Amino acid sequence: MAKELWKGNEAIAEAAVRAGLQAYFGYPITPQTEILEYLSRRMPELGRAFVQAESELGAINMVYGAACAGVRVMSTSSSPGVSLMMEGLSYIAGTEVPAVLVNVMRGGPGLGNIAPSQADYNQAVHGGGHGDYPRIVLAPASVQEAIDMMGLSFDLAEKYRMISMMILDGSVGQMMEPAEMPEMKPIVERNWDWATNGALNRERRILSSIYIEPAAEEVANLRLANRWKEVQANEVRYKEYFLDDAEIVVVGFGTAGRVSLSAVRAARAQGIKVGLLRPITVSPFPYEVIDQLTGQAKAFLVVEMNMGQMLSDVRLAVRGRVPVEFHGRPGGMVPFPDEILHEVQRVNGANLSVQTDPIDGWLARMAEVK
Amino acid sequence: MAAPESLVYERPESFTETPTHYCPGCTHGVAHRLVAEVLEEMGVTNRTIGVAPVGCAVFAYNYFDTDFVEAPHGRAPAMATGVKRVLPDRVVFTYQGDGDLASIGMGEIVHAAARGENITVIFINNANFGMTGGQMAPTTLPGMKTTSSPNGRDVESQGYPIRMSEMISTLDGVGYCVRRSLHDPKNIRLAKKAIRTAFETQVRGLGFSMVELLSTCPTNWGMTPVNSLKFVEEHMIPAYPLGDYKVSEAIKQVKI
Ligand SMILES: Cc1ncc(C[n+]2csc(CCOP(=O)(O)OP(=O)(O)O)c2C)c(N)n1
Ligand code: SF4
Ligand SMILES: [Mg+2]
Repeated sequence: MAKELWKGNEAIAEAAVRAGLQAYFGYPITPQTEILEYLSRRMPELGRAFVQAESELGAINMVYGAACAGVRVMSTSSSPGVSLMMEGLSYIAGTEVPAVLVNVMRGGPGLGNIAPSQADYNQAVHGGGHGDYPRIVLAPASVQEAIDMMGLSFDLAEKYRMISMMILDGSVGQMMEPAEMPEMKPIVERNWDWATNGALNRERRILSSIYIEPAAEEVANLRLANRWKEVQANEVRYKEYFLDDAEIVVVGFGTAGRVSLSAVRAARAQGIKVGLLRPITVSPFPYEVIDQLTGQAKAFLVVEMNMGQMLSDVRLAVRGRVPVEFHGRPGGMVPFPDEILHEVQRVNGANLSVQTDPIDGWLARMAEVK
Repeated sequence: MAAPESLVYERPESFTETPTHYCPGCTHGVAHRLVAEVLEEMGVTNRTIGVAPVGCAVFAYNYFDTDFVEAPHGRAPAMATGVKRVLPDRVVFTYQGDGDLASIGMGEIVHAAARGENITVIFINNANFGMTGGQMAPTTLPGMKTTSSPNGRDVESQGYPIRMSEMISTLDGVGYCVRRSLHDPKNIRLAKKAIRTAFETQVRGLGFSMVELLSTCPTNWGMTPVNSLKFVEEHMIPAYPLGDYKVSEAIKQVKI
């Protein structure tokens, strides 16, 4: 298909429809609302389920019900709404049913603002809901990537009976870009051997997240841990730019990664041996490739639109062998290529230590900015 | 010669063999049985999906021989919405306590009713949070002692009881909404008829249906089972009058 001009949020909605979305439940919140609005027209037109729920609590539990029924289902929201969904996400994870959730992140904490942000990285990647549960998290940096990840999200969620989340910041949701839509896929009746869709000609089934015996809950937890090992072995995805001979490795996901690429190109033009690693799956996180890059890099520079969340994962992979520096713009601010270039130049020229906390230096530099 | 034995009472086929975990004298068991009998009589057991609550009935899925899911506390109507919207030809019901439905799940129940979701809600009003040890519920009677209203519910500081059937019946999406009681055989028979009508409402696509059942909690009320039945009759019914709060014209025509 030819490229067309798509707005991020609408592209996500249409891509989900074409991937076989059978049911959508959501609640309005900026900067995600266009997904709900688009689907309020598109889903009924195709005879598929759409409900504007009374709240994100309602929406995620409708997702939970439809997921138990064994259909392709999704919700979308933005940061404050996703916080409300955490109870449901934990139940979905505990019940081991597949579901897809998109978080078009905005500045926080609290009501914050509606500007682009990456501040929900930890909530998405490391937790959010109660209890031990892994989940897959994809981070697109362009409208095209968001489109491509929609089908992948459903496939991964179903393959591993797990939540697959897509986190993007509001700028990807709101921007217009030329992008190519996949063909419309037909709805496939999957007839999962676990779905609670009525015990017609079979034994009845129960889906719940309850394991009242701790020993049984432990077994369930270990099953999730082992499944996660499989995900880690098979599903890590990332993009590499100029890394072959890079001595400085910039790491950034989503928009921060995209802006960093401009800075890396500019630095290369100045002869600085710098490259970019842009994680596509922030969960499972590309620990291994960072571990390998540690052999050639003299320093890492992590760039995020938050106060340094993925930074912890990069440091875990680097394990103190070389310095890891940080540049972040929290609160709904987007970094300019120039300021990242400046950071690359600084890291290139500086005599850095592995002993210092990268946050200290960052805060000191931010104080100068003010 | 002894008369030949004839079986007059047995487990409905919609029930599993699992003995329930309810306290002796608790009417949760009665309500379960009525639902099971109705599902069997309607021949819908194999296309029914139940949604269990968080509350004493959390393990309801062990007793009904139908597909079952188990919702987060209060969210059963939302979960049921998700199931029913993608499986419109199945029978979907929630079974919820008063803490579940009238406290934490107030948003979900009101909106499921307002949307006219074609689901059936069995609402067990026992005037307290049974499962967590008898705390005050939104339905606790004024002056009634619970573990979190030790001096009796003081309406000045702890608010007034919520009459759910009256409230829900004001919503246009509702096809059938009635209150019954489980305190004696006559009322139990009336309750069963209401449950049947509620499920008939659903299978005919006539909108949201709810049956509120006044129930006992002898354990947390600190009463014998017999005295708790009396308590329902003497104290609960005056506060929660039995009756048909909404029966849509279409359902009035339905003969069962
Ligand atoms: C989010 C959440 N909050 C609190 C609880 C604890 N909890 C479990 S059951 C219950 C009350 C149940 O009361 P009710 O719905 O009236 O059911 P009953 O046991 O009386 O039948 C509470 C508060 C919980 N499980 N989840
Ligand atoms: S605690 Fe109360 S509601 Fe729960 S099973 Fe016992 S008597 Fe019934
Ligand atoms: Mg109760």
